[in-house]
Amino acid sequence: MRNFSYSRPGTFDEACRVTEHTRFLAGGTNLIDLMKSDVERPAHVTDLKSLSMNQIEELPDGGLRLGALATNADTAAHPLVIRHLPLLASAILAGASPQIRNVATNGGNLNQRTRCHYFYDPDMVCNKRSPGTGCSARGGRNRIMAVLGTSEACIATFPSDMCVALAALNAMVNLHGPEGERSVALRDYHRLPGETPWIDNVLQQGEIVTSIDLPSVSFGEHYTYLKIRDRLSFAFSIVSVAVGLEMESGLIRRGCLALGGVGTKPWCVPEAEALMKDKPPSHSLFRDVAERILEGAVVDRDNAAKLKLAPRVIERALWQAAEGTPQSQTCKTIR
Amino acid sequence: MNHASPTAPCRLRINGQHYAADLPPSVTLLDLLRERLDLTGTKKGCDHGQCGACTVLIDGKRVKSCLVLAVSIPDAAVITIEGINQDGQLHPMQQAFIDADAFQCGYCTPGQIMSAIALLEEDHAHSREEIREFMSGNLCRCGAYNGIVEAIEHVIAQQDQDSKGEAA
Repeated sequence: MRNFSYSRPGTFDEACRVTEHTRFLAGGTNLIDLMKSDVERPAHVTDLKSLSMNQIEELPDGGLRLGALATNADTAAHPLVIRHLPLLASAILAGASPQIRNVATNGGNLNQRTRCHYFYDPDMVCNKRSPGTGCSARGGRNRIMAVLGTSEACIATFPSDMCVALAALNAMVNLHGPEGERSVALRDYHRLPGETPWIDNVLQQGEIVTSIDLPSVSFGEHYTYLKIRDRLSFAFSIVSVAVGLEMESGLIRRGCLALGGVGTKPWCVPEAEALMKDKPPSHSLFRDVAERILEGAVVDRDNAAKLKLAPRVIERALWQAAEGTPQSQTCKTIR
Repeated sequence: MNHASPTAPCRLRINGQHYAADLPPSVTLLDLLRERLDLTGTKKGCDHGQCGACTVLIDGKRVKSCLVLAVSIPDAAVITIEGINQDGQLHPMQQAFIDADAFQCGYCTPGQIMSAIALLEEDHAHSREEIREFMSGNLCRCGAYNGIVEAIEHVIAQQDQDSKGEAA
């Protein structure tokens, strides 16, 4: 790893004063790996861990606020999260490994980079790593790559599990920057690659994720996080689905749905969610929902299987949620 | 940045011993342990957080030491495989790994044992499926997984027996 200068500021205002050659360090499980691979080459690393942002607390409206520096493990194990947002706990436990989750933070999860093989390999051209050089994934070994939200310049997936649940739960991301504070919907936080795939999200220079707010939901047991991957543990998703359904008298009053593994960002289509409003669960409804959320998908050389797999995983996840049988992340049997 | 500096202070307690030095910030905890402190029980496998051979405990929690900057955990208590013996006796998890034939080449074993010790503390070992899932961050190329699960189950059974004995 190339060396760099290091600071550990005690205040936000101090932390925000950065140059374009600065990287913020939280848990570091992705950043340090990228620095070892020479993908990230910061001249300076600003460690955020002295800023107090690790609380998990209830909001006055019954929602939850997750501190950006709370670890994934502490978040998934927190009594408030388990009681109010088991969908989020389940998605977190579907990702990474216990050792990674003990260090990786909630803010860091939002800001991790793609695991596209070509992005990680400085010998290959990649628009996300080196703007304007080209995309090796297009026409390359791309069975893990995205089918939704892609562009000529980039077909890399966004790899998070946690963010898929945050998208389904309509989370808000709270930011602190040189210009002050603002909030952005999680669904708008990550960018489509378009012509500028090196810009992953809406963060401006010097902006820090301070916390994530989650509105109160009443899914009861009608939720699931179903993740399909090449091996059953410690692997990134091929297709994953986060679902929460507010059910009443056998009808879906509100359906929340997001996909991972298939999009260049956590994938949501409000029109697909709206199809479920005030309808009873049925095979034809769930088929329509899957068809609508996957509309516009584009396959490349090796990833056409995702288009066969995704509708089945979506429909299965919707049935798991409708029947109140959420997927266990320990016992891997899919019911 | 102002005051760009090639080193930063590192203060740790490693297996009970105080350590303080100015280090290049790019030095990982794993490289500090192995290359500067000669604590080579902690292994470097992939060096990318994927294999778990470098697992140590930081303030009681298991982490991959290859993904932690040594300067970024001020005053942390680090426990490595060299620090788990009890009055010169093998830790019960070490003995259980021997008894259950839970390794072949042994390279992943220090990481497996550190991970298994933390697993029991986390209370994430209520079933064979749970043990397997929560040990998924430690790879074993020899495929000693069945022995590893057996060793962990043996220590849990031993602990249960001990706590029953105390209750009686």
